Amino acid sequence: MLLGLTHRRCLLKCRSVKSQTTRSAVVDSALSAFRSICGEDGVSLAAAVREQHGKDESVHRCFSPEHALLSRCRPPDVVVFPRCVEEVSAIAKVCHKHDFPIIPFGTGTGLEGGVGAVQGGVCFSLRNMDQVLDLHQEDFDVTVEPGVTRKALNAYLRDTGLWFPVDPGADASLCGMAATSASGTNAVRYGTMRENVLNLEVVLADGTIVHTAGKGRRPRKTSAGYNLTNLFVGSEGTLGIITKTTLRLYGIPESMVSAICSFPSVQAAVDSTVQILQSGVPIARIEFLDDVMIDACNRFSSLSYPVTPTLFLEFHGSERSLEEQVNTAEDITQSNGGSDFQWARDPETRNKLWKARHDAWYAAQALRPGCKAYSTDVCVPLSQLPQIIVETKEDLIENRLTGPIAGHVGDGNFHCLMVVDPDDPEELHRVHLFTERLARRALAMDGTCTGEHGVGLGKRALLCEELGHTSIQVMQGLKDALDPKNLMNPEKVLQLRRV
Amino acid sequence: MSGRVLVGVKRVIDYAVKIRVKPDNSGIVTDGVKHSMNPFCEIAIEEAVKLKEKKLIKEVVAVSCGPQQSQETIRTALAMGADRGIHVEVTGKDYEALGPLQVSKIMAALAKKEDAQLIILGKQAIDDDCNQTGQMTAALLDWPQGTFASEVALEGDKVKVVREIDGGLETIKINTPAVVTADLRLNTPRYATLPNIMKAKKKKIANMKPADLGVDLTSRLEVLRVDEPPQRQAGVKVETVEDLVGKLKEAGTI
Repeated sequence: MLLGLTHRRCLLKCRSVKSQTTRSAVVDSALSAFRSICGEDGVSLAAAVREQHGKDESVHRCFSPEHALLSRCRPPDVVVFPRCVEEVSAIAKVCHKHDFPIIPFGTGTGLEGGVGAVQGGVCFSLRNMDQVLDLHQEDFDVTVEPGVTRKALNAYLRDTGLWFPVDPGADASLCGMAATSASGTNAVRYGTMRENVLNLEVVLADGTIVHTAGKGRRPRKTSAGYNLTNLFVGSEGTLGIITKTTLRLYGIPESMVSAICSFPSVQAAVDSTVQILQSGVPIARIEFLDDVMIDACNRFSSLSYPVTPTLFLEFHGSERSLEEQVNTAEDITQSNGGSDFQWARDPETRNKLWKARHDAWYAAQALRPGCKAYSTDVCVPLSQLPQIIVETKEDLIENRLTGPIAGHVGDGNFHCLMVVDPDDPEELHRVHLFTERLARRALAMDGTCTGEHGVGLGKRALLCEELGHTSIQVMQGLKDALDPKNLMNPEKVLQLRRV
Repeated sequence: MSGRVLVGVKRVIDYAVKIRVKPDNSGIVTDGVKHSMNPFCEIAIEEAVKLKEKKLIKEVVAVSCGPQQSQETIRTALAMGADRGIHVEVTGKDYEALGPLQVSKIMAALAKKEDAQLIILGKQAIDDDCNQTGQMTAALLDWPQGTFASEVALEGDKVKVVREIDGGLETIKINTPAVVTADLRLNTPRYATLPNIMKAKKKKIANMKPADLGVDLTSRLEVLRVDEPPQRQAGVKVETVEDLVGKLKEAGTI
């Protein structure tokens, strides 16, 4: 262990001493190797391509504490486009030989700066591996490559009566969703990626190909060995490159009903949520929008919902069970002071009812034209939700920040859509401090600093606070075992150990 | 009025698949490639099922012409709500030569045999883009046609059709029996759910051959060659306006 530590310190020193030009020269020497593996078209040095592969949907800057500077994340030195797992493995071996950082890239729809090539290196863009493999309808499972997005999979499955319900909003790569342990509006009924990934094919930093549950295996449950699959789910590219994921599928709901209800207070809305869950209603989506958010939606979509905390609900099931579900939910909301309960079954009216929730992101951005929206993400036990939301709203007002709130209240998870001027460092700084306070508030309530977006670049310190020293050490030990050279997406999830 | 609607459903290569031309340029690669119901046929089935749900018609019959696998397409139509299916078996060289003229002869024969009140077809198939079958079927039957429908309303023994045309929307009223072809904005087709797929297994699909309907499949067309669209060439950057003008003159564009 001690020897390993010295070796790592050596490497870290080496890397920080290497200048920009030295790094590029070394990469150049490997380019011919990359080209012979991926073909001429499979390697790109173009500035536009590299820049595209160095950012995602976050507003992350690389915050360098030593220099207190905010600088844009560096794009990777080169982008490769492997076509199969053998090519991924071969390129990884080249990177391993030369100590190049390896950054896997799916769709670039992450929200925590996970693809930023902080130390440069090689971006593995996996979009050419886009096949749906091995669908087993009767077993409710399918295996997909990283280039398959969730909408593409559901379009592929549409005639089978099956779907993959995890819906993080963006049309993300399914393997990327596995890497970030994505969740979404449906999690309250169908779970997150953690519950729905049965097996992974992963390429480690040295090119080794691993099948986390055994090659081709897809039992619905198992107690065989360590849970390697869920070790990689949520590892955000820091332990290996996911090249296949086997997913659990569900039957497409027979019918859906959407509903919306207004409440006099956050407490009333959350109480209703808890009671709906306790009453056994298998609610599919239950989303909370605060008054600021509803006001923004009213303006953006020309609606006229009462400007007060609001719940958007969606029920899935057979015609008969839906009637029961909706009646139970309506009774509960009424008993908590809910009003203006509306519901709809046909697709057009359902979409109209939910339009406000779907357009929330754009409505928030429209509050301040020219600004960008950045979504925070914390999760607390349900009982703590009213308190944390109330305190957060006070914090927003006190610090003159625009942050309408939307949340997956059934999971105790909510997002502040921080609308911020990306060119105003002072405001960015205030937002940064706010998000830290928010995360710490969640931690103080037995929650987590990230419900679904991941740790990425910005929450590494918070992760330490959340897990505590011992657990972080265990995580670091696992990282060292799987990636001793720290090539896999360096400086994400776990902090660099101080030299 | 019989209250019976015939809907044609075609099995085509799935819209999401990247099409590849065979090395000998005789056609496109279909072996092992994912197939599904033509999207416009999905819209046609959805419209027929909606009419039945509104109790304006009594029975939806899904028809497909092709090899054994066409039955899968009919099953999807049944899972979406069609009552029964008719599979007109066409295989081998006949299937390769199967086009709008042959299919419309089959549809016309079936319309008479089944005493159909209405035929709804997709406006075109995404593999050949012919946009001819609906029109030919109406002509063979001497029935009125409402094509490119974005709205269909049954009014007694007439059909009101709002058609999408280049200039905007045209509303026509035609007598039944009639042929309607579905355009994109007519409706949003439902997904086939598992319970409905299971129910569909019990619905009947009748098998027949074109000869049973007295239809001659001879084609008057011969495909000579299939080519991919030309590859996009890389652009050229120029430094000055003079260079640009020079290059444009070289290309003969000015």
